[in-house]
Amino acid sequence: MSETTVLEANTGSNSQASDISEATIRIAGNSQDGIQSIGGFLARLAGRSEREVMTMMTIPSTISGGPSIFQVRLGSGEVLSPGDEADVLLAFYQHSYEDHVSNLRKGGILVYDSDHVEPREDWLTDYRHIGIAISSLTVEAIGGTGRDKGKNIFALGLLGRMFSLDATKLGRLINERFDGKGESVVKTAMDAFEAGYRYQSDDISDLYRLARGGADRANQVVMTGNEALGYGLIAAGVRFGAGYPITPWSDIMELLRRELPKYGGTFIQCEDEIASVSMAIGAGYGGQVAVTGSSGPGISLKTEAIGWAVMAEMPLVVIDVQRGGPSTGLPTNVEQSDLNIACYGGHGDSPRVVLATSDVEDCFYTAIEAVNIARKYNVPVFLLSDQAIATRIEAFNEPNLQTICQDISPDLGTVPSHKPYDLSSETGVSRHMPPGTRIEDGRYPVVTGLEHDEMGQPSASAEHHIAMTKKRRNKLKTLADELPKPEVYGPDSGEVLLVGWGSTKGPLREAVGKSGNNGLALSALHIKHINPFPNGLEAIFSRFKAIYVVEMNDGGVYGYGQLAGLLRSRFADARIEGINKTDALRWKVWEIIERVEARQAEIKATA
Amino acid sequence: MSDSATLEQPPQDAGERQPVTKKEITSNQPTWCPGCGDFSVLSIYYKLIQKRNIHHERVATVAGIGCSSRFPYFVQAHGAHYIHGRALSFASGLSISRPDLHVFTFGGDGDAFSIGGNHFIHTARKNIKMTYLVMDNFVYGLTKKQTSPTSPLGFKSKTDNWGALDRPINPMKLAISAGTTFVARTTHTNPKHMLEMMNAAMDHDGFSFIECLSECTEFFPGAFDASNPRKGGEFSLVPEDHDPTDEAAAYALASEDFPGRFGIFYSVQRPTKNALEAGVIDAAQGKFKGKQAPDVLQATFNKMK
Repeated sequence: MSETTVLEANTGSNSQASDISEATIRIAGNSQDGIQSIGGFLARLAGRSEREVMTMMTIPSTISGGPSIFQVRLGSGEVLSPGDEADVLLAFYQHSYEDHVSNLRKGGILVYDSDHVEPREDWLTDYRHIGIAISSLTVEAIGGTGRDKGKNIFALGLLGRMFSLDATKLGRLINERFDGKGESVVKTAMDAFEAGYRYQSDDISDLYRLARGGADRANQVVMTGNEALGYGLIAAGVRFGAGYPITPWSDIMELLRRELPKYGGTFIQCEDEIASVSMAIGAGYGGQVAVTGSSGPGISLKTEAIGWAVMAEMPLVVIDVQRGGPSTGLPTNVEQSDLNIACYGGHGDSPRVVLATSDVEDCFYTAIEAVNIARKYNVPVFLLSDQAIATRIEAFNEPNLQTICQDISPDLGTVPSHKPYDLSSETGVSRHMPPGTRIEDGRYPVVTGLEHDEMGQPSASAEHHIAMTKKRRNKLKTLADELPKPEVYGPDSGEVLLVGWGSTKGPLREAVGKSGNNGLALSALHIKHINPFPNGLEAIFSRFKAIYVVEMNDGGVYGYGQLAGLLRSRFADARIEGINKTDALRWKVWEIIERVEARQAEIKATA
Repeated sequence: MSDSATLEQPPQDAGERQPVTKKEITSNQPTWCPGCGDFSVLSIYYKLIQKRNIHHERVATVAGIGCSSRFPYFVQAHGAHYIHGRALSFASGLSISRPDLHVFTFGGDGDAFSIGGNHFIHTARKNIKMTYLVMDNFVYGLTKKQTSPTSPLGFKSKTDNWGALDRPINPMKLAISAGTTFVARTTHTNPKHMLEMMNAAMDHDGFSFIECLSECTEFFPGAFDASNPRKGGEFSLVPEDHDPTDEAAAYALASEDFPGRFGIFYSVQRPTKNALEAGVIDAAQGKFKGKQAPDVLQATFNKMK
């Protein structure tokens, strides 16, 4: 809704509404106010209205209560990030108002609950203040019980009116949401919604009308990153998992526990993280591609077992929904600081695969890719997500499940003979034959964490350790050859290449899109496959003068973050620099541009 | 996974195939010290497989780390040598996902009651179907004589030169209190009794646990002489009138002074984790009669629009 995105004003049938292509709305209140459900309704409405949507929420780390926000960015074009600044702030309390006004763009609209918020004189000129007695109007609308439980739905009605949203569709969503909780609950919710939608005020009625997206978004699904990841695993054919509760991974565990039985699978909640990874590996030994996952400290606990899976060559998918660390760290904040443990966690030389997902849709497809790599190469595969992707809601084109869903149930057919650690293959890849497989020559495999010969019998001989280490490493080299070539976003060569991984993909691309405006030409490279790297990165790097790796982690003692460190050790290229931050918040587009500009100016000054 | 094949059923093709011979299930020469009690357990395991006519592919032998945990290398069948203390968790994943297999887990006292103590409790509580035999030698043998969680008070080791200070764990009491549904005790010096216990454990539908005294001749020689009639000791069976479904009586038996009793202390039927999970699957799938995975997932996605 910023000036550049406002389309022609007043062209619709309603002479008052301005047509806009996107809007960022921040809702701030307390966690028990149902802030998330307002955002959820708006996100699902966007999905049903051929619009792109991206949301962001903060979960309070307290058990119940405490400030909570939800930010939703709706757009008819490509939405790459949840938005730097809000166009509209809806504040329920004084603290919501005071803490979040800085996130509202100058000139933006501030809707506040006049029952709880006292506007500040000094802000009245910067923002357009609209006070509405949300709490008391809600109580009035739903029967005067003295409780304001439905004020989130009332507020949804207000927003619906402001943005000329489809009231019928919103009403249907509310019906679906509360259906099953009894007729009176549905009625109360609808009363609150209609009261909000019909609220008479010249200030808010039909201010804006969001343009519809293209017909290519006609069939969208709307979900969080954690949901997309869980359903991706199911589509991939995963039928066994094990885990232990930890935020923000737990949603995936709860989803798999609830959903897998529908597919004949099961998910076990274990006594601890070590048991979880061990059960998953045990199921892997049984012929499954099993999944375990965690966040932060839980990943540390799993590392010994993951080393076993490397050594014994068992398929395994490990999900790491990253949060701020080290130790218990920042359980409900985002950070990209688990890359090193994913790549190197554990003792010994233990090559494993590391992939990172970049947005909600990508969670679905990367989960499938992780399963297929684990299965093909008999190796543990780390799939890194993060708190920002995990909890936000996005709409994406519905996958064709009929063609995507896989059956990967184990093949227990009889074989004439079998070597679990066959050294004859150049690729390093050998097959795992689960128990249940009859082997006609009567020689059966032992899978083991001890260094071993081709049958899995222990061997500490130099020849075996050299050959087996090479075998385990060669599998990753083989995989690297098969990975898609990375592609540059923006100009193919030039001054500055921004490199990122995980959830920085959207903000980096948005930065590239905005960079043309102020004379700074940027390109971006997103690296999804981090261990091994895809081939061809050198060629890309050689076409740029400066390479900045933008990460949500610490620049460390030497001034570059974890991906930058991996790239520097791989390419020995001192032009690879780090742009890092540790505020445990996602990168905003303007932050990236400012930091790049500052560094470029520094370089110029010293040149 | 919802396949409800039970372990009691002989494999369908058993009739067409020759019974397994000892030679066919014997693999590499064990690396144990001469006189080690574990040899006796291994030979009884071979005997059990032969006696029950289990073919190679129907059995999985799992172990953690320790002298006794070398077990899978000496059995010519599918085997897994996992990490220290976590064999039960590994075996649990295997058991739940593959109800068609006989899962046997072997380990020592350090593996079971020290580093793996938590897993022992929770495998018991969940009643995950498998047989777990702990070769208890009261000492860390592979690392050469440190105090183990079952070392008796006063046992002189390299980590307690002056004699062990910490109260030892009583494996039988631990097993009973944690909810193990089959708890038995035997010793390496009575192979006939050991076979009886393993046979009964295998027939048990649930988590069956056997503590088998297995002497470490190198680092704790003579530890179990008191239970060996040939060394002047006494091999006392569980009293004939003992009711193995009586938890308090079982606990009382387990509280007797060393060398204690041998036999089945406790045996009850309680739904296994395997059966309970299969029930959850049946109930969940009942609502999607005959639907394939893509259709089931589609139904979920339809609600997310």
